[in-house]
Amino acid sequence: MPTLTVDGVEVTVDPGTTVLQACEEAGAEIPRFCYHERLSIAGNCRMCLVEMEKAPKLIASCAMPAGDGMVIHTNTQKVKEGREGAMEFLLINHPLDCPICDQGGECDLQDQSMAYGSGNSRYHEMKRAVTEKNMGPLIKTTMTRCIHCTRCVRFATEVAGVEELGAINRGENMEIATYLEQALDSELSGNIIDLCPVGALTSKPYAFTARPWELSKTESIDVLDAVGANIRVDSRGKEVMRFLPRLNEDVNEEWLSDRSRFSYDGLKAQRLDTPYVRKDETLQPASWGEAFDAIAAKLEGVEGAKIGAIAGDLACAESMIALKDLMNLLESPNIDCRQDGAALTTESRSGYLFNTTIAGIDEADALLIVGSNPRHEAALINARIRKRWKAGNFPVALIGEQVDLTYSYDYLGAGPATLKEVAEGKHSFAETLKKAERPMIIVGQGALSRNDGAAVLALAKKIADDYGFASDDWNGFNVLHTAAARVAGLDLGFVSGEGGKSAREMLDGSLDVLFLLGADEINTSKLTNSFVIYQGSHGDAGASAADVILPGAAYTEKDATWVNTEGRVQLGRRAIFPPGDAREDWTILRALSEKLGKTLPYNTIRELREKMIEVAPHFADIDQVTSADWGAFGTDGAIDDAPFVNPITDYYLTNPISRSSRIMAECSATFSKVKGEGTGTNG
Amino acid sequence: MLKDQDRIFTNLYGIHDWKLAGAKSRGIWDNTKTLIEMGQDGIIDAMKESGLRGRGGAGFPTGLKWSFMPKESDGRPSYLVVNADESEPGTCKDREIMRFDPHRLLEGCLVAGFAMRAVAAYIYIRGEFVQEAINLEIAIQEAYDDGLIGKNASGSGYDFDIYLHRGAGAYICGEETALIESLEGNKGQPRLKPPFPANVGVWGCPSTVNNVESIAVAPEILRRGEGWFSGLGRPNNTGTKLFCISGHVNKPCNVEEEMGIPLKELIEKHAGGVRGGWDNLLAIIPGGSSVPMLPKDICDTMLMDFDSLRDAQSGLGTAAVIVMDKSTDVIRAIERLSHFYKHESCGQCTPCREGTGWMWRVMQRLVSGDAEVEEIDMLINVSKRIEGHTICALGDAAAWPIQGLVRHFRPVIEERIKSRKAARAA
Repeated sequence: MPTLTVDGVEVTVDPGTTVLQACEEAGAEIPRFCYHERLSIAGNCRMCLVEMEKAPKLIASCAMPAGDGMVIHTNTQKVKEGREGAMEFLLINHPLDCPICDQGGECDLQDQSMAYGSGNSRYHEMKRAVTEKNMGPLIKTTMTRCIHCTRCVRFATEVAGVEELGAINRGENMEIATYLEQALDSELSGNIIDLCPVGALTSKPYAFTARPWELSKTESIDVLDAVGANIRVDSRGKEVMRFLPRLNEDVNEEWLSDRSRFSYDGLKAQRLDTPYVRKDETLQPASWGEAFDAIAAKLEGVEGAKIGAIAGDLACAESMIALKDLMNLLESPNIDCRQDGAALTTESRSGYLFNTTIAGIDEADALLIVGSNPRHEAALINARIRKRWKAGNFPVALIGEQVDLTYSYDYLGAGPATLKEVAEGKHSFAETLKKAERPMIIVGQGALSRNDGAAVLALAKKIADDYGFASDDWNGFNVLHTAAARVAGLDLGFVSGEGGKSAREMLDGSLDVLFLLGADEINTSKLTNSFVIYQGSHGDAGASAADVILPGAAYTEKDATWVNTEGRVQLGRRAIFPPGDAREDWTILRALSEKLGKTLPYNTIRELREKMIEVAPHFADIDQVTSADWGAFGTDGAIDDAPFVNPITDYYLTNPISRSSRIMAECSATFSKVKGEGTGTNG
Repeated sequence: MLKDQDRIFTNLYGIHDWKLAGAKSRGIWDNTKTLIEMGQDGIIDAMKESGLRGRGGAGFPTGLKWSFMPKESDGRPSYLVVNADESEPGTCKDREIMRFDPHRLLEGCLVAGFAMRAVAAYIYIRGEFVQEAINLEIAIQEAYDDGLIGKNASGSGYDFDIYLHRGAGAYICGEETALIESLEGNKGQPRLKPPFPANVGVWGCPSTVNNVESIAVAPEILRRGEGWFSGLGRPNNTGTKLFCISGHVNKPCNVEEEMGIPLKELIEKHAGGVRGGWDNLLAIIPGGSSVPMLPKDICDTMLMDFDSLRDAQSGLGTAAVIVMDKSTDVIRAIERLSHFYKHESCGQCTPCREGTGWMWRVMQRLVSGDAEVEEIDMLINVSKRIEGHTICALGDAAAWPIQGLVRHFRPVIEERIKSRKAARAA
């Protein structure tokens, strides 16, 4: 372990640490533009120069490995002049348009020029102007501001795995560009906005809408996929202005996927802001009292077996436990949180979790993906897999749809038959899995939400058992969820009990009353004879089939709990209030229960959470993954030959919020492959 | 003056046959096996003893550089890379070697490659050198056909391949790490050091990048003995050197001379003297466009070697002597060089990308005199902020000519500014 002296302070650092990191450890602040912990080292901004004794020149601290006995000075006159020089060079061709620049207030160049720049300008020549680049609907470019740090290029090639971005031309004519003037086709493209230290790459949808100092910042959780990325909600008044990622090494590192980042305008559109009751065949606005009265009247005398409830993909744990308790009080066994019909059961928790954990991917040494496209289903997990793949010695194989995952893999086959071959050891990849010390399997919803899903799950379990996926310190069996609500629903037992009906059976029209808790990804065509109550935030498929609509809160509008695909319990926090008459979801259910004479036994969210912890004790461990014991799950059975079909056809439009978003609609039009041929007048 | 029998480059002017037969008649490939039988350490020690300093410009001891290569492979092969991307304005020595004496380079590749345990040599040749590349290709084929290189090269039992790679004509690709990037198929931008190429070079393998001339002289040094080579020139500046004399001389030429030859003698003996006589001399750039110029009074007594020129705050560089007589507008001359560096900056790191353009624009105004006298100091300050702050030496190379100009011709610049002011006032 090298020991070096920084400004008279002695520090010992791990081998492989750079001088810059060592300086930080010693408490010396080093300015930088191009250096970023998660990207390769470029060493091109020359802002991090420090003086090293015995070196004739200043050294770039970001690129110099810390060595034993080095003596570093970070505050000498020479260093000060070096920084001032780099700062001056960066600024001579940088426009002075801070007042109209969206980066203003959170700009590295602005901040560092205050700290390290000189007060006046000596540059009397013309400044450079650079034409804007088209980088699609999400990224606004003002390339004149670019300081050529190449963070965006490195992110795109290294993390996102798309090589469209690069630097063309040379010298002062160097420009960052997508070679063919095309939009950056990546689910992670928004991150280059955060990475850009200046205002060259800013958010197009957010452009000119707010200044950072006007925003209230709320730390919360993203629920538009099952990763549970940690986010910061920036809001002004009653509006969410933008989402930013929050650092969490175990989940999203510091990235955020585009759908989660840019769906915020969907929170303002298609909102259910008042209760509705269907009268004379049309839904008409009503008061809460009228809506509850209509429900109470309908439920009068209906037996429990004729009542059912389905929880949707965005439902929070609080609303699900409240609804489950209410259904119990109504003596109904018909509840289900698996609206896609996934063959997951509650018998063993390890049978529906991403047991390896997201951070655990870094330690895996072989991977089999079954019926999933992680790039669309969990873009951040895909980035983690790519990171592991880039480190080398990581064979990846895929059974299912052949898609571009941004890393190479062996394509084994399309359907369960291939999975069976692997399970029976007849496939060459079985050898790889057998040899691996920390193998992983990821089973997607595309493999589970089929009629033979339980048998597929059993095959995956057989692979895990036979090839040693589960040991004392390693569990390589993983189910990749697409819905943020799913794991909490399964944890809390929001599944049909003894004699109860599954979601699919409830939707065949046999029930008298069906309660949809934000369930929209369902076929409502056979519900004409059922009385449908829809509780949710957006007017989507579920709401249009409803007889009574109870307006709920979106995820930014309530304090609520979600459990991600790993089984990590995380708290979302309220950033703004729900619009109009909409209310936090558990309070709606509590009020309804009272109206129905089946009052739920909790008056505050604290009491409700105590109930949750009673049902599933790990809900007490916020931000933690409680690992699950390896148990029995899956049911052996006949398998179908049909190939696996991935659940997500359009990455940008997977839930009611993103479907209501104009930004997402634009992205979908730009990036998603249009099915069928164009007519000539399309688009 | 160098005696004829001490010349290494005996076909510098292309009057003899450059192909294999002609080369052999000049002693090239003459029992190369015995050179290899000296062993790796023997060759490297001899090179160290000879005092040969790299002929590409920096003057780093060649034997020492070879000794940095790993003695035992960790599984990765080692490579020799020959820098034939000769692009420094004023320099035209390597092209003469390659088109008129290509076998001398190839033999050098084998010997040097063997000494550093390389499996192959890559000759990265400048894109504009068409005839040179053709001749080299022919020579490489001849050498393969004759068993001089390839499997059991020259009967030595050592397997060695030589590949020619043509660049696309960027000055920066003559910088060793940019050359490596370009050789790998990437955009030619210098890499950060450390790691140095001897650790992580071409395709991540240990590599040494040497100038054409450094490699080409090696077999002759070994054949004649390191004592012969170190006996020429002055201590620490030994041997012979190709000088490229251009500009305002009566007979511009390339010539091989002893290191440490007086500049005046070099020009008068070989280049027919300065146009209009020595007294008509204004200034000389002694080592290619990137080194600071020297005015006549320093040139009078200047010796042409690394240490003497360094002491005069200039450098031997590639020994490309650019002569300027009194008809020259020195400010305009340096402005043109400044434009060259602005044009050839790769754009990777900040000081060079932004600074070269800035300096050139100020230089343009100094040419016309549309400037303030204080701007001369500012220009020097800017050049100091580039120098030593960049990834590679191109930043230094852009700064030095301007620093040389101001150091020696400041009154000329001031005078021009004043007369321009006066003209405008009138």
